[in-house]
Amino acid sequence: MLLYLILAVPVAGAVGAGAAAAAGTPWRRWTGWLAAAANGAVLVIGSALAVWVTQHHPVTAPGGVLRADALSAFMVVVIGAIALLASCQSARYLSDQTARGACSPRHAALYTALVQAFTGCMLIAVLAANLGVMWVAVEATTITTTFLVGHRRTDGALEASWKYMVICSAGIALAFLGTALVYYASLHAAGHPAGSLDWTSLLATAPHLNPAVMRLAMALLVLGYGTKAGLAPMHSWLPDAHSQAPAPVSALMSGVLLTVAFYALLRFKAITDATLGAGYPRALLAAAGLASLAVAASLLLTQRDYKRMLAYHSIEHMGLIALGAAAGSALAIAAVLLHILGHGLAKGVLFLASGEILLAEGTSDIAKVPALLSRRPVLGGIFGFGLVALLGLPPFSLFVSELNMIRAEAAAGLGWAAALALVCMAVIFAAVMTHGRHLLLGDAPPGEQPQATPRIVTVPLTAGLAACVLFGVSAWPLQPLLHAAAQVVAS
Amino acid sequence: MTGSAYPGVLGLTAGAVLACAVVTLWRRDLNAIVSALAVQGAALGLTAGVLAAHTRDAGLAVTAVVVLTAKGLVIPGLLRRIVRRDPGSRETAPLVNVPASLLAAAALIVLAYLATGPVITLAPGPASRLVPAGMATVLLGFFMLATRRKAVSQITGLLLVDNGAALATFLLTAGVPLLVEFGASLDVLLVTVVLRVLATTMRARFGPVDLDQLRELHD
Repeated sequence: MLLYLILAVPVAGAVGAGAAAAAGTPWRRWTGWLAAAANGAVLVIGSALAVWVTQHHPVTAPGGVLRADALSAFMVVVIGAIALLASCQSARYLSDQTARGACSPRHAALYTALVQAFTGCMLIAVLAANLGVMWVAVEATTITTTFLVGHRRTDGALEASWKYMVICSAGIALAFLGTALVYYASLHAAGHPAGSLDWTSLLATAPHLNPAVMRLAMALLVLGYGTKAGLAPMHSWLPDAHSQAPAPVSALMSGVLLTVAFYALLRFKAITDATLGAGYPRALLAAAGLASLAVAASLLLTQRDYKRMLAYHSIEHMGLIALGAAAGSALAIAAVLLHILGHGLAKGVLFLASGEILLAEGTSDIAKVPALLSRRPVLGGIFGFGLVALLGLPPFSLFVSELNMIRAEAAAGLGWAAALALVCMAVIFAAVMTHGRHLLLGDAPPGEQPQATPRIVTVPLTAGLAACVLFGVSAWPLQPLLHAAAQVVAS
Repeated sequence: MTGSAYPGVLGLTAGAVLACAVVTLWRRDLNAIVSALAVQGAALGLTAGVLAAHTRDAGLAVTAVVVLTAKGLVIPGLLRRIVRRDPGSRETAPLVNVPASLLAAAALIVLAYLATGPVITLAPGPASRLVPAGMATVLLGFFMLATRRKAVSQITGLLLVDNGAALATFLLTAGVPLLVEFGASLDVLLVTVVLRVLATTMRARFGPVDLDQLRELHD
């Protein structure tokens, strides 16, 4: 029942906002707060679910469509946390847009409905017992987010949503073919219940699946879900979509959607590991990860737009996550999951802060937004700490997870890949520091008073950064959950 | 369907899917491209129908009807309405010209045969021997996406990828479980609707939709 409840909450929010849009009622602030409350509820129920599955056993919903083990529960917590952060900022974005007349009340209600539907699709994707249902849910996230990417309705936003839809749909079709090939292999495997795409039964029969077919399937799956996860070579939609979408949507897409797609790869990797041994998936993921890091490093240097800078930074982090997953040991997967949470929080905070900067300054050009720390001390401070977190410096959790991923990679014989990754990270560090220095430091123009930032912005963002620090310095409360979740898919 | 006609009919419908993919690369007239796409959707639905008749699978028969309606009628209809706004519109400047495209298509078809070899070896049969046609259609779709600039051509490329994947799925497994199959068909339909809305909005802004005019975002 708990599983249906988790899904019901955002869906109720979406239906409520959708009904408001259809009825043409003017957008009210409380619609936004309702969404925030719904996402808060997802976080609370998700945490309860996480405690339960860690201490007891995986839960299956009546009907067998949904199933939650520790890995799913962990992803639900991540989705709930970032969605909560984003919905606070969504309320602010919509009040501002409607007040300026840039967005009709109907459009605002539609936005709320789509964001909630998007969150619901991600929850279905991580809770689906059936890998085919998971595919449908991941594809549905593309459909719900396309209009959100184009919500500002500028030329750039339209172009970005077109590119996003075309590239991601083509990529995800490859993932469908990959899923179908896994299904085909299972139909011809001894002892597999006929007509089943359930992950647990596929994992159980994995040693009997045809290796050659699984080889082709996994390659298609890495390409396909890798497209949605922003991994090279199919990453080209990402900087456009993430920089053009409204900030709360960017935060959700960058903070969780990428990793939900990667979650799908983790599930398939566990099956392929059991069929082919760890070597083949490791080679695929390591190649995709290193290529993503190289792309991010080479393009971050020349960025002039701070939202695009953050988007390329996401490609870097997805590359690191892919490399960590390539190592595949329990330590590596636990570090990957911690990195998923830490990156989600830090990138969410940064995108939301960048949205606030965009609202206040009216431009996303790095050159035109100097000396934030002296002009807007609180907002600049949050942005600065967010960058420090993303660059993997202590005390933030990304430092711990990156360190553990590198240790695990060295232990798995991927030391050379870790070394290459460190070179790319050094380049990225230098590039981001240069951009960050320009954005944050410097003297305010004479006569300009420092401006305050509303508390509705600063409180959630500070809380997000504080959580990132907590997970970085203390094993409590995540350690048992991470351990249990890593056991689910570790090779 | 039983007896000796089955492999032949199946080969004909599956082959038609691939042939239509080649036609979309060969023709520049957008109307002709959309027509080829409609024929391809119908051929895909018929392939599922033939398989359903052979295996006597009622669920697959339902899927066949859904596919035939969605991909043979509804989706081409949506595209036709974009094309009709700009009569006589053609794919004027593909990045790779037509003769070179057809040569590339031949190479991609060979590649598809090589890649799907192990799939056929696992369970040789009249259906699985045709899987390369599906894979080739997927590859031709990607080629089209990469080299054509008109909005309609890009949607066509996307649909080729999708139809190819669907064809391979039907031939391999006689359809994935019904729930997934319906979800997938609905997704494709929605994707086309969304892209049509985007194309209409872009047309209102930039005139006839040529994606080369989209140069806002680059590095």
